[in-house]
Amino acid sequence: MLILENVTKTFNRGTVNEKVALDSLNLTINDGEFVTVIGGNGSGKSTTLNAIAGVFPIDSGRIILDGEDITSLSEHKRAKYLGRVFQDPMTGTAGNMNIEENLALADRRGKKRKLLWAIRQKDREKYKEKLKELGLGLEDRTEAKVGLLSGGQRQALTLIMASLQKPKLILLDEHTAALDPKTAQIVLTISNKIIRENNLTALMVTHNMRDAIDYGDRLLMFHEGKIILDISGEEKKKLTVEALLKAFERVSGTEFTSDRDLLN
Amino acid sequence: MNIVSLIKSLPGACSQGLIWGLLGIGVYITFRVLDYSDMTVDGSMATGAAVAVMAMLGGMNPYLALLLALIAGMATGLITGFLHTVLGIPAILSGILTQIGLYSINMRILGKSNQAISVDKYDLIVSLRYIPSAIIVSLLFCIVIIAILYWFFGTEVGHSIRATGNNPNMARAQGINTNLNKVMGLTISNGLVALSGALYAQYQGSADVNMGRGAIVIGLAAIIMSEVIFGRIFHNFALKLFAVVLGSILYFMIISLVLQLGLSTTDLKLFSAIVVATFLAFPYLKKIISEKRVRRTN
Repeated sequence: MLILENVTKTFNRGTVNEKVALDSLNLTINDGEFVTVIGGNGSGKSTTLNAIAGVFPIDSGRIILDGEDITSLSEHKRAKYLGRVFQDPMTGTAGNMNIEENLALADRRGKKRKLLWAIRQKDREKYKEKLKELGLGLEDRTEAKVGLLSGGQRQALTLIMASLQKPKLILLDEHTAALDPKTAQIVLTISNKIIRENNLTALMVTHNMRDAIDYGDRLLMFHEGKIILDISGEEKKKLTVEALLKAFERVSGTEFTSDRDLLN
Repeated sequence: MNIVSLIKSLPGACSQGLIWGLLGIGVYITFRVLDYSDMTVDGSMATGAAVAVMAMLGGMNPYLALLLALIAGMATGLITGFLHTVLGIPAILSGILTQIGLYSINMRILGKSNQAISVDKYDLIVSLRYIPSAIIVSLLFCIVIIAILYWFFGTEVGHSIRATGNNPNMARAQGINTNLNKVMGLTISNGLVALSGALYAQYQGSADVNMGRGAIVIGLAAIIMSEVIFGRIFHNFALKLFAVVLGSILYFMIISLVLQLGLSTTDLKLFSAIVVATFLAFPYLKKIISEKRVRRTN
């Protein structure tokens, strides 16, 4: 279970560019819950994921994961509990290293790295098995440099890397935004499959309202560093994009503004 | 140009190249694996030389003296790593600060700017007096070091250093302490640089406080030439390191050639700088030119 307690973050404090990114945010996510997150530009959705991942320290509040207060834990230490997939396909993998080397790095997440040969034969078979499930043919290219893969293939690989050591929480930060629509759907399907099959707790930020409605058990909408809509259960199943936009206008008192959402 | 004297100078260039090849490998670890331009090298090379020569003058076994030089070099890398990761000083500046500080330390170790060690009185491992044996011994050193590094960078720890240099964001997301890994890489690199300095001091029969000046440029020249010549054929990590050694040998052969052509030894630093600048600029200019061509055809 993840609990965010009054989490506040202000960027560029004391300057003209001061921006309250998270405003006393409170959120509880139960085990096994798949939560989708939408919101306009600068609404705080990515900031929330980065705060959980420890990319920067928060100004106040607490972040509790499975009863452990991780608020002041450094980014690499929290990684033990978290699987992460990023917007930029380049971010989640090491491009100069090959597929199995990347998987081996992810397979040691949260474990002590020793002076042992990094890739052993039994690992190789395990990795091939996992790659096969993607259905992208990557299992035959385990010694290819990841830099040679397409964006979609890299994201699919990053998804496996994020789930190889079962995380307490998987954070997907607009991970299909940089892909073409067709590839984005493939990666989303893979994400959904991995999350459901491993019974993962997931937080997925998306710019696509349709996807936010179609996937997950619960939908959160962010606005100005706060959660303004929290829809789950039957209500979420019946949700439409129009209803969501109306709800947004009603709650926030403004029109939904995100250049990307309008384009979609 | 005297062909005979050029040919005569080649074995010497070869042994020099092999000894400096160790420095090239050290620079490769920071410059290519860690993606860190480490300027410590110019200081740590002289540190290695100074420590080894003073230890041997004090009666230490030459192999133990090399080990001591290696450890001293590792300490210099540790300092640069500390300045960068703990104190947040930019990478290049951290190296420059250590390098400047090391000048004073190297003077303290040596007691004066130059300390000779005679091959007649001391049992040196390599000496320019016996070039064939120097070639064999320094080649063995290179092979052993490459073998150790090949193993090390294939381990879980080695992989985390590679990931740190390749993509620090990814490394942290996979639970890797990128700061610690940078320090590790710098430590190993400068250890090798000091080892190279220690061998070179024995080879030339003296340790000089200025002997590391411009060493980083020679290391880079070896790396870049190795990549231009062998980049397309060598993909294995051990072969890439070996190519750096070959690049270093080639560098010293070119140096003997230009000396035969009438350049003075003091011109060599300018020559090296131009060679490195040209090769570093090459891929960038190639890209610009091909982009221009694309624009024109459109």
